[in-house]
Amino acid sequence: MPASTPLAAPLASTYRRFIVTRLLIVAGLAIALAISLLADIASGPAHIPLSNLVALVIDAQAQEPVQQAIVWEIRIPVALMAVLVGATLGLAGAEMQTVLNNPLASPFTLGVGAAATLGASLVIVFNLTLFGLNAHYATALMAFVFAAASILTINALSRLYGASREIIVLFGIALVFVLNALVALLQLIASPDALQQLVFWTMGSLSRASWETVAIVAAVLAVCLPFSLRSAWAMTALRSGDEHARSFGIPVERLRLISLLRVSLLAAAAVAFVGTIGFIGLVGPHMARLALGEEHRFYLPGSALAGALVLSLASIASKTLVDGLVLPVGLVTSLVGIPFFMALIMLQGRTR
Amino acid sequence: MSAGFTLNHFSTGYRKRRIFEQLSLPTLPPGSLVAVLGPNAVGKSTLLKAIAGLQPFSGRMQLNDIDLATLSGAARMRHVGYLPQTLPQATTLVAYEAVLSACRAVRPDLSRTEIDALIERVFDALAIRSLALRPLSELSGGQRQMVGLAQAIARQPALFLLDEPTSALDLRWQLALIDTVRAVIAERQAVCLMAIHDINLALRFCDQVLLFGNGGLLAAGDPQDVITPDVLRAAYGVEARVEHCSLGRPVVLSDRVSDLSAN
Repeated sequence: MPASTPLAAPLASTYRRFIVTRLLIVAGLAIALAISLLADIASGPAHIPLSNLVALVIDAQAQEPVQQAIVWEIRIPVALMAVLVGATLGLAGAEMQTVLNNPLASPFTLGVGAAATLGASLVIVFNLTLFGLNAHYATALMAFVFAAASILTINALSRLYGASREIIVLFGIALVFVLNALVALLQLIASPDALQQLVFWTMGSLSRASWETVAIVAAVLAVCLPFSLRSAWAMTALRSGDEHARSFGIPVERLRLISLLRVSLLAAAAVAFVGTIGFIGLVGPHMARLALGEEHRFYLPGSALAGALVLSLASIASKTLVDGLVLPVGLVTSLVGIPFFMALIMLQGRTR
Repeated sequence: MSAGFTLNHFSTGYRKRRIFEQLSLPTLPPGSLVAVLGPNAVGKSTLLKAIAGLQPFSGRMQLNDIDLATLSGAARMRHVGYLPQTLPQATTLVAYEAVLSACRAVRPDLSRTEIDALIERVFDALAIRSLALRPLSELSGGQRQMVGLAQAIARQPALFLLDEPTSALDLRWQLALIDTVRAVIAERQAVCLMAIHDINLALRFCDQVLLFGNGGLLAAGDPQDVITPDVLRAAYGVEARVEHCSLGRPVVLSDRVSDLSAN
């Protein structure tokens, strides 16, 4: 039991010093992300000298049109997409881990990603035109509808059978298998052209990012993040446990439902344009938890930043690992992500 | 309007099993520490949960001049400090954050300095200042239980519902906790219902006792009047004596399980 040695300063100011450290870590993450973003823009199969690159970014008209097109139409959208999708998946994973009280939860472990993939596949395979929307929006919309449906299913089932960790994870895994089977079925009946699109999709790739899709993901993130942050205290309180949070007067069921809907929106926006990119939603929150703890005013933005940083670094790796070839970034995150993640878990295990 | 806490015609339970039917309690005056005693599965936790509004119930419930039965959610919890039997989860949150979040999440009306001052006082009162910046995952079960109590006290409720608050505590901290709770309810003229297994703690430190058995409320009132060998036999099915210690205080000694066939 604790010895009651009083600290000299009032607790509030001691705690505030503690907070400053965290602010510095968040700032450090942001700076690292900015550097990674620039490095991402600077790397690619076309060798553009750094001096040309700087001139191009400052003044788009200054250089020859080919380089200008490469930088402005390919590299910058792709680099921004990596940051945005990483942030989106990191935030979605963080919220999911908190409201499901499960450190294994992420948009992909519980089938939300698979559901979004199924929704998007339907649009691709059957060439659906929803309400006259163009392909981008139709894909995003269907991905969201399916993601939301999957998360509501998990929520409903876990409420019926008790929201224990085991049950949620079991339902999630079952859902992943069912959805993957359905996607495989679609691949079986898809035209060769659609099949190629689908395969590309399931590998996860940033290469088809455009300013338009970047804007959509940015808009979704910009809409969701303030609402996430607004419930930061409630989510922090939820970490004490459902029963404790309820005893403070927090409407736990509503908080969970709204947060899960937000997660499906975030995951769908990310998955709709880049396909399946695993591990970001799992690794981002774990990194943030290790570095920042679980006070959600820091943990939520921290997870978004960590997710963005990891995907941005993966994007650089996808262009530089094999000279002259851009690997699908989903492959890189999985291949580099797995050992990284295992190391993180083992590190955590040792400190416990 | 009456002062203190009253409960009348109160019924609660689960779909298949009613736990309480038309229960009425004597009025519990402000500043009283009330022990809720009874054998396992008699409904002590259900009673506290239902009074906290976390379990469906019917009946009348009055706290000072507030009609508690009509309030729910954050509005109700502003007056009620319920401490569940489970400990706060062992997360990476530091103790200070755990208590801070319990206040900030539901009291946007309080300023940051007011909340800071509240928490300062609670950590001092419970003598857990040294834990403030340590993650809950590094604390012992008993320490986490104290943090849980801090979360309840910091919100300054007028009615405390503590579900076995001493279950994870050693002797010294059991006494310290009861001292603190007594001081807090005396200062704020609050009422505290405390489910507890240790009859001697109840006998020694509580103002009133509510003793439940399988037939519902068996006895209520002053601990020394309520706790008798007959009532203990009826409630727990044990043969027990109430002796007096060298300081002249009553002490319960339980000898053996009653021969139920003799009843």
